[in-house]
Formats: sequence, structure tokens, C-alpha cells
Amino acid sequence: MIKALIAKLFSYFSLPHILVGFVWVVFKFAVIAAIMVVVVLMLVLMERRVLAVLTIRKGPNRVGPNGLLQTIADAIKLLFKEDIVPTGADRVLFTLAPVLFFAPVLVVYGLIPFAEGRAGIDSSCSLLLLLAVSSVGILGLVSAGWASNNKYSMLGSMRSVAQGISYELPLVIAALGVVLLSGSMSLNEIVLAQKNILDWYILPSGIGFFIFLTCTLAELNRCPFDLPEAESELVGGYNTEYSGMKFALFFLAEYALLFAYSAVIATLFFGGYTSPFGVYAMGFIPYLKKIVFVEQFFWLMLKTFVIVYLIMWIRATLPRLRADQLMSFSWKFLLPLSFLNLILLALLKYYLG
Amino acid sequence: MVIEELKLNIGPQHPSTHGVLRLVADLDGEYIKDIEAKIGYLHRGMEKLAESRNYQQYLPIVDRIDYLSGFFNAASFCYAVEALADIKVPKRAEYIRFITMELNRISSHLFWLGTFMLDLGATSPLFYTLREREVIVKLFEDLTGQRLMYNYYCFGGVKRDLPNGWLTRVREFCEDFPSKIDEYEKLITENPIFLERTKGVGVLSKEKALDFGITGPNLRASGVRFDVRKNLPYGIYREFNFDVPVLNDGDCYARYQIRLLEMRESIKLIQRAIARIPGGASEKLHIKRTNCGCNKPECPFCGEDTQIYLKKINPIGLRIPSNEVNIWVESSRGLSGCYVKSNGTNSADRVKWRTPSFSATQVLPELCKGGLYADVIAILGSLDIVLPEVDR
Repeated sequence: MIKALIAKLFSYFSLPHILVGFVWVVFKFAVIAAIMVVVVLMLVLMERRVLAVLTIRKGPNRVGPNGLLQTIADAIKLLFKEDIVPTGADRVLFTLAPVLFFAPVLVVYGLIPFAEGRAGIDSSCSLLLLLAVSSVGILGLVSAGWASNNKYSMLGSMRSVAQGISYELPLVIAALGVVLLSGSMSLNEIVLAQKNILDWYILPSGIGFFIFLTCTLAELNRCPFDLPEAESELVGGYNTEYSGMKFALFFLAEYALLFAYSAVIATLFFGGYTSPFGVYAMGFIPYLKKIVFVEQFFWLMLKTFVIVYLIMWIRATLPRLRADQLMSFSWKFLLPLSFLNLILLALLKYYLG
Repeated sequence: MVIEELKLNIGPQHPSTHGVLRLVADLDGEYIKDIEAKIGYLHRGMEKLAESRNYQQYLPIVDRIDYLSGFFNAASFCYAVEALADIKVPKRAEYIRFITMELNRISSHLFWLGTFMLDLGATSPLFYTLREREVIVKLFEDLTGQRLMYNYYCFGGVKRDLPNGWLTRVREFCEDFPSKIDEYEKLITENPIFLERTKGVGVLSKEKALDFGITGPNLRASGVRFDVRKNLPYGIYREFNFDVPVLNDGDCYARYQIRLLEMRESIKLIQRAIARIPGGASEKLHIKRTNCGCNKPECPFCGEDTQIYLKKINPIGLRIPSNEVNIWVESSRGLSGCYVKSNGTNSADRVKWRTPSFSATQVLPELCKGGLYADVIAILGSLDIVLPEVDR
């Protein structure tokens, strides 16, 4: 519909029709970026309010109605802050690092199907692409830590590399279990294979969900795996030296990634945008039938925010692991468990269906 | 290829050095090769200040030596001066001191628990412990007018009587508090990550603890049954029969458990003290007369002129005969000692403080060597170091 509109506009202004394809992609990603920014603004506020509730505080409630504009105020504050580059820092890498961290997140957003047929990039191997792209972000952390010329930052980035590599494996193998069950690497098809609450892949692949969630926490550098930015040990970790908009970019990417990974969990294990009841309420109403994607979007958001809440809850409860315990937990426990999960699922698939 | 060790300055401005401690660490990757504690960033000359002030003027300052448990410092200085001047403290004042000190021990341990968990990366326990600490601090505020630096004890007693309903509120708190400790235990004690981080980490052996002069909960977590309240009782502690919890592991986990046990024990002590506290008019809270022992009317210390019938002992009149005394008090961090040498005038010749955090800081490198960087933070947190007490 919108694509046709763009094509019409192009022919009206007699622009070359070949550009429509490019503009369409840019348009889709502009919408995705808009969703992302709005989501992050909500998420930061949500995190602060949720943590406040869990730790018997009130949280931000002064800016705007009931504190709703707090994040916007924070963003404006960060925009106006001085952009400091420490002496001895590698200026190019220092500036590039937040971008390197941020860019893959946008691609990850493009791969998530927000409603039926409504993903930025609808690829037949989108899950593989998603896993590959999301691990590029670690490069940003490494270069941030190295370029800052700060010992704490370097320790933080060293930790993030070790963590990123060792938790990538169980994550991928846990996701492989879902691929095995659905027989497809396309996120859209994985969603369509679980149209009912009984078809959700959490039921056969509960262990897989546990592994995926744990590794997600590690990939997101969130509690109890927040070692790269452990503020009581490394002051601020890799972003110690960052200020102003560069810091904001790290911050934005972190929360955007939190939402993206939660959406991926919802997609892989909880049926993504499909309704848990198998039918859509809007499907019954003749006029609303056409915009059933709104309801699909709602279901995805609901599932995602439940998982986001779970992750926030974990943050409020658990202390932080130590670096060596983190490693041994991944290599000695999660990795064998993920293989076991894969074998179990293969047997299940072979004998039952 | 040359492999260099990373020299890392932890502090004096660092989120988890609990003040202004500076640790210089040699790191090999994440492993600690060597670590050195540099102290002195908070030196205020507490001992020298005593020489240029008279006893009354010095008394409000001593609360600042350990800001989390101000009552203990005031108590050890008061007991020292009282011993020198031969002042007997009324029973009710002793009971009030007893109750406030035990409450202060709980509030200090609560703050320790919160910050220790914060060092380990758990943010929530801090808010829960501060919720309970707030109740105690509010009690102190109503009693003394201050939340942190109480300045409530005076030579020969306490400055004013308990406000109306204060003891009832303390009693309510004591009934309520054990369930709150259970709440912390539910959140922390069985947590596998917490166990991983603390069990077997920073083991302080019995011998090393004794060699370094470690006292208080840290020593009792290493298996030495030594508590000044029990072994060398002061005040009215000898009238109470209570348990001194001792654990043998000497690691961070034992140091955590021992403090929880101590809080439970303190609650029982407070409850018993409230049941026994003698009544009486508020005038009975202070001794109004200092005594050098001669009791002659023309004596400048014992004569009629220096008998004050109001709240305080006259600062000019309080001339303590030349003598010296060393008083030990079991503070929330361990043995807090105060040595006072008087010279017959109204100010001391020398005041020396012996503080438990100082010893704990010295043993820190021994515990950290060979461990991981994250363990340094855990050990530092578990030792319960308060920096103003180290530097005085």
C-alpha cells in the first residue's frame, strides 16, 4: 500500500522508477528506527519504575505526567553535554566504537517480524542472519575499551570479548533446537509453526529457553553477567570515558538490544506475533479484518514486555558472577546442556513427528 | 614478547572502596599478583585535636571517628574519662547507653550488609536494609536530635532522658526485625551466585587473624571466641548472659553469617535490657559532681563551687588528676580502644585510638594475593572497613 504510494509519487515527479526499491528499504528502516527509539524511551522509564517498585522506592515521577517525560529530559541533558575525548585516546576508534555497537542493533530490528509479513528484511535464513549480525556488536565494545586509554575500560572490554565468545555458542545451539523443530530458519515461518499456545516451542524446548535466556543476559551484559560494566569493580567498564551523545548511543543500543533479544525470545519460544488462542479477535470483525496486523503487533509487544520484565526482575534479584565462574558456567554447564537439549529435541522430532 | 603486569590504581575515587581507600594492584590479566593498601586520605588529626581541647570540647568530635557507629567511640571515650575521674554512671543511663549501642550495632551491620551486596553486584538488598536502618536512625534522631553524629553521651551518663514512647517503639522494632532478617536470608543466603562468590573466598586463618590483630565479627568468623563484651565486660554487659556466635570458616560467607547472627543476638539483648531498665527521674541520668577523692570543701575538684546542678559537668571544673587509662569497647567492627593520659588540667595529655578497621585494612593484601580482581572487591566489602576509622 505504502510502496504503491511511493511509486505513484515517483511517477508524479517523473523520477526514475528504479529508485523506488531503494526508497522503500530506507522507508522501512526509518519506521523501524522510529519504533526503536520510542521503545527505548519507554524501556528506560520502565526499567527505572520496575526497579523502583522492586526496591520499595517511587522512581522518577516528577518530569511530565507521572514521570513519563523523564527519559526525554535525560536525553536532552546528554545531548547538551560536552563531548570529551580523553588524552591519549585513539580518536577515530573512540568515535567509531558507539556506531559499531549501535549499527548491528538496527539490523536486528529489521529482521524481527513484527506482524505477519511485516519485517524489514524477510529472509529465508533470518535467524542465522540475526545471530550473526548481533555478535558484531562486541567489536564496538572492544574498540571502545581499547580506544579509551583507560585500564578499567580495557579490563571491561577484555571481559566482554571473553563473555561474548563463550555465550555465543550455547545461544546458537539453543536456537538450533528451534530450527530443528520448525524445519526452517526463517523467523516468520518459525512463528507460523506455533499458532496456538500448545504449539509454543517452550513446551518441547524448555531447556532451550532457559539456555537462550541465560545467554541473552550475557550477550546483553545484564545482571548477573554485567561484568564488562561492573560498576563496583570497573567503575563503568568500557564506557567509563564516554560522555554526552556517545555515551547515549551506547545506552540506547543496550536497551534497544534488550528489547530486540526479548522479541527474539518471544518469537522463538512463545509464538511471536500470533495470538495464544489460535484466532485473532479482530479477525471476526469484518471491517477490522484488514488491519489484523495491529493485533499481531500487540501480541508480540505483550510477550516481549513480559520477558523484558523478567529480565529486569532478574537484575533486581541476583548478584554478579565472577569472571572465571562466568567462563566455567558457560563451557562446563551451558554448552553440554545445550547439546543435550539438541539431541533430545532431535529424538523427539524423530519419534513423535 | 614482553609480558607486563598491569598496575591498577583502585581508588581513592572508586565506587566500592567505601570512602577514600587507595589500593595499588599489580594485575596479571584478572589475577592479583600483589596489592598494597595506601591509607591516609582522610586523616583529620583526631588524636592531636584532643590535646588542644578540653574534655567536653573533644567529646562531640569522637563521633566522627567511625561515622557509622558513633555511639561506640563516644562510649569508649566517656568510659575512659569516667574511669580517670572516678565518676560512677547511674544505672538508668547505663541501660540507655546499652540499648543505644546495641541498636547502633544493628544499624551499622545493616548498612554493611547493603553495601556488601552492592559490591557483589546485587542492588536490591541495599534498599531493604536501609528501610530497616531508617527505623533505627529515626529512633536516634528522636532521642538525640541527630541522625549520624549523635553527641548524646556525656561524662557521667547521657544528655537527656528517653522521649515518651521511645522504648515502646524500640520494642516494636525488636519484635518486627527478626522477620526482616529472615527476609534477607531468603534473598541472599541460599542464592547460588552469592555462595559462589563468597564461599572459600578470602579465607582468613585463625593464626593470621590473631597475628594481624583482627577483632570483632571478622575474628569470630575465623573461629576465635573473643568478644570484649563477654571477655572483658564494661558497663552493664556483665549483668547479661548472652551468646557470642563463632564460625570457623573465616571466608567471606562466614563473615556475612556472623553479622546476621550478631544482629539477632543484639535484638535479644535489647529486649532483655528494655525489660530490666530502671525508672527514675531524669535528674538521675547524670552525675553532677566530679570527684578527686578528697571530698574537702576547699578542693578545686570536689568543692561546692564545682558542683553543677544542671545538665553538664562544668568544662572548666572537670580537671582530671594525672593518670592514664586504656578502655576497650566492642564496637560493631571490633575492639575499639581509647587510651587517655590526663595531666591534672582540663585537657588530655594524649589520646590514642585503637580502631578495628585499621587492622582489617592491613590484612587485606594477604587475603587478596593470588585471587581474582573481583574477589578484592568482595573481600574488601566483607571486612567492613570504614575509612575515617582507619585514618582518624
